[in-house]
Amino acid sequence: MSEEIKNTESVRLPDAEKLVLSSSPHVSTSDTVRKIMYKVLLALLPAVIAGVWYFGLRALCVIILTTVCCIGAEALWCKLAGKEVKNTILDGSAAVTGVLLALNMPSSVPVYIPVIGAFLAIWLGKQVYGGIGNNPFNPAIVARVGLLIAFPAAMTMWTAPRNFEKSFGYENFVTPQQRIILQKGGKAAETITCATPLGAVKMSDKEEFAQGFYSHPQMLWNCFIGNRGGCIGETCVPALLLGFIVLVAFKLINWKIPVCFVGTVAVFGAVIHTISPALAPMPLFHVLSGGLLLGAIFMATDMVTSPITPLGAIVFGVGCGIVTSVIRFWGNYPEGVSFAILLMNALVPLIDRFCGIRPFGYVKARKEVAK
Amino acid sequence: MKINNNAVLSFKGGIHPSGNGKDLTSAKAVQTAPLMERYFVLLGQNAGKAPEPVVNKGDVVKKYQLIAQASGFVSANLHAPTSGTVGGLVTVPGPMGVPAQAIEIVSDNLDEAVEPMESIDWRNSDSKTILDRIARCGLVGMGGASFPTHVKLSPPPDKVIDTLIFNGAECEPYLTADHRLMVEAPRKVLEGAAIVGKILGVENIFIGIEVNKADAITELQTIADGYGVKIVPLQVQYPQGSEKQLIDAITGREVRSGGLPMDAGCVVQNVGTAKAVYDAVVGGIPLIERVVTVTGEVVAEPGNWLLRIGTPVMKVIELAKGVTDDPGKLILGGPMMGFAQKSYDVPVSKNTSGILLLSKADAVNYGSGSCIRCGRCVSACPMHLVPCLLGCAIESERYDLAAQNHVMDCLECGACAYVCPAHRPLIQHLRRAKSEIRRRSQKK
Repeated sequence: MSEEIKNTESVRLPDAEKLVLSSSPHVSTSDTVRKIMYKVLLALLPAVIAGVWYFGLRALCVIILTTVCCIGAEALWCKLAGKEVKNTILDGSAAVTGVLLALNMPSSVPVYIPVIGAFLAIWLGKQVYGGIGNNPFNPAIVARVGLLIAFPAAMTMWTAPRNFEKSFGYENFVTPQQRIILQKGGKAAETITCATPLGAVKMSDKEEFAQGFYSHPQMLWNCFIGNRGGCIGETCVPALLLGFIVLVAFKLINWKIPVCFVGTVAVFGAVIHTISPALAPMPLFHVLSGGLLLGAIFMATDMVTSPITPLGAIVFGVGCGIVTSVIRFWGNYPEGVSFAILLMNALVPLIDRFCGIRPFGYVKARKEVAK
Repeated sequence: MKINNNAVLSFKGGIHPSGNGKDLTSAKAVQTAPLMERYFVLLGQNAGKAPEPVVNKGDVVKKYQLIAQASGFVSANLHAPTSGTVGGLVTVPGPMGVPAQAIEIVSDNLDEAVEPMESIDWRNSDSKTILDRIARCGLVGMGGASFPTHVKLSPPPDKVIDTLIFNGAECEPYLTADHRLMVEAPRKVLEGAAIVGKILGVENIFIGIEVNKADAITELQTIADGYGVKIVPLQVQYPQGSEKQLIDAITGREVRSGGLPMDAGCVVQNVGTAKAVYDAVVGGIPLIERVVTVTGEVVAEPGNWLLRIGTPVMKVIELAKGVTDDPGKLILGGPMMGFAQKSYDVPVSKNTSGILLLSKADAVNYGSGSCIRCGRCVSACPMHLVPCLLGCAIESERYDLAAQNHVMDCLECGACAYVCPAHRPLIQHLRRAKSEIRRRSQKK
């Protein structure tokens, strides 16, 4: 048979030697882990730009240094562990961790913080568990919480954002001495430190609440556009929302997690605010301040460390919201987003187990067992 | 019933393969292949027992003549695809990757047929007469599983069948054979469907068709009423043509785990089988040919061909004017569930819906990356399993955990592996677990 075929001219016939044998399916999506990570980086870009806009070139330096250190830490680990270096770096996951970690730091951090943070994130948060996909906790959060506990002062020294001295009620966030400097026409950006709104709430007296300072529309507006003290990437809400839209549009996150997370904090805040307005500002303030949106949109939604089932995502989001609120209202720390996500990360295997999906064809399973 | 006013129905889960390759052949009318010099009719081409050859080397046979007799109930007759001499029982590359036995027929180029069987007036015949004819003509399911049709149409008396569904979804990328069949022979398909309805005594007869075959839907809808058949448009979603998913989409019933469609009161047949039923019952012709899509980006002239059973694949590629580049994979069937081949000498069998030549670039390269728990396989799984966690459990050889999490319900449709951005060999893992669990339970 094959001889006849060779005689057939002008028609090119295929060569069986070149056939690859493997089982189905034979085609697949063109999407890859690398593309996913690069899309996440794209989603982080608005927050990066906003951070640099508000906190200056120093913020950019922190972001670059942290990212480079994370990639370096990953490369070093792979080298030491005898793993493939190039592809591990190129998958972009270390870069994502680096950018996220930097966005979770104040712009004023000393140089050693990003370096230590990078190793905490990549080594302790990721590679000890076996690298990408195997880490139970979000590496950036592991590093942030580690740094917060080890270097509390450096991690809570907030530089004032651009045009801070022109913003509503700035006097409430600075020390009396700084207030005098600013009132005399001094520039705030990159020179003076200020408290974050959440930190100020922790310290404030009942009188300020009674005056409705933290619920004032201009206060809320400042929190919305990002003109407040805080971590590099957490302050500018429009930038974070833009990132959220990108993530959802590319189907990179389960939107239920951030919605449930933020929704729970809002509901929790509303309940406390209603019971005792003297204890808490209005819920919108809680949603817009602190690292809630950054955490809910970019950290809690990390694929590797969040539940995989639809119901699990809701439970996870609500759980994060409850823990965050409890810490904010009754804890020693003004902010609880990182701790909440870390705690809920630990529960993910359990959540996945108890929030499983009903497989197809198990409608009457119970009755049949009874027979 | 979910049917109402032409709503486009579907199931939950599944995928939408991008650039599904149907454009290559969906407008290509079926061409009848010329006579080949030799045919290799595979013995074991039906589910169940292989039939016994009833001809010997050197025998002279005519077209439609019985050459192998069904051995037992779950088996199917084979007939000579053309007239000529029996070349004997030979070993050829089989479609399942192992050498298989086939009856070689050397054509005499006359294509002389035996006297056809008489046409059955099926409307006034009993089920048994029609079923006997179907069994005699060697019909098997032409969608892929090749289960003998007369067996599938003989449900145990205690099962109440109230719905008959014909699968015209053709959800596999690249394949358009069923599509062309429905467009070009709509009356035969419909009458075949009505005959099957008569056998089962069922009045709810549906043909489910994905909406990307709009011409087939329109064509059938205009004349379906006359045959008592309803045409159901379905969403373009893989695996829409899987029995359980098709039943769910059209009737809203779930076939219980481990159960058969008849447990949900349904029988599902392929539209190609309906046409074969018509040919057998009305035309008196045994199953010796079928429509096959010959396609792929590297095929010089992709198209749809009416091929005799037993035609070697290489001859079909010649009909399609060869290739423009060496393909990376030869697949019998579609790219999602078809079988890769190592030889172009494999012959066409009753369930060959497509001959697909995938370019090296299009054929997936499975990796060994870690699962990043993106959850895409979870939303893709039509059986609502959690393939990623199953895959990890199986990698650690935790077959018990895999069994607890219903790995045995896996259809092996490949939707999970298709969407996996880490290109993990999920289906390979799941198949391994299924066979391992089966092996262990047999041991006990």
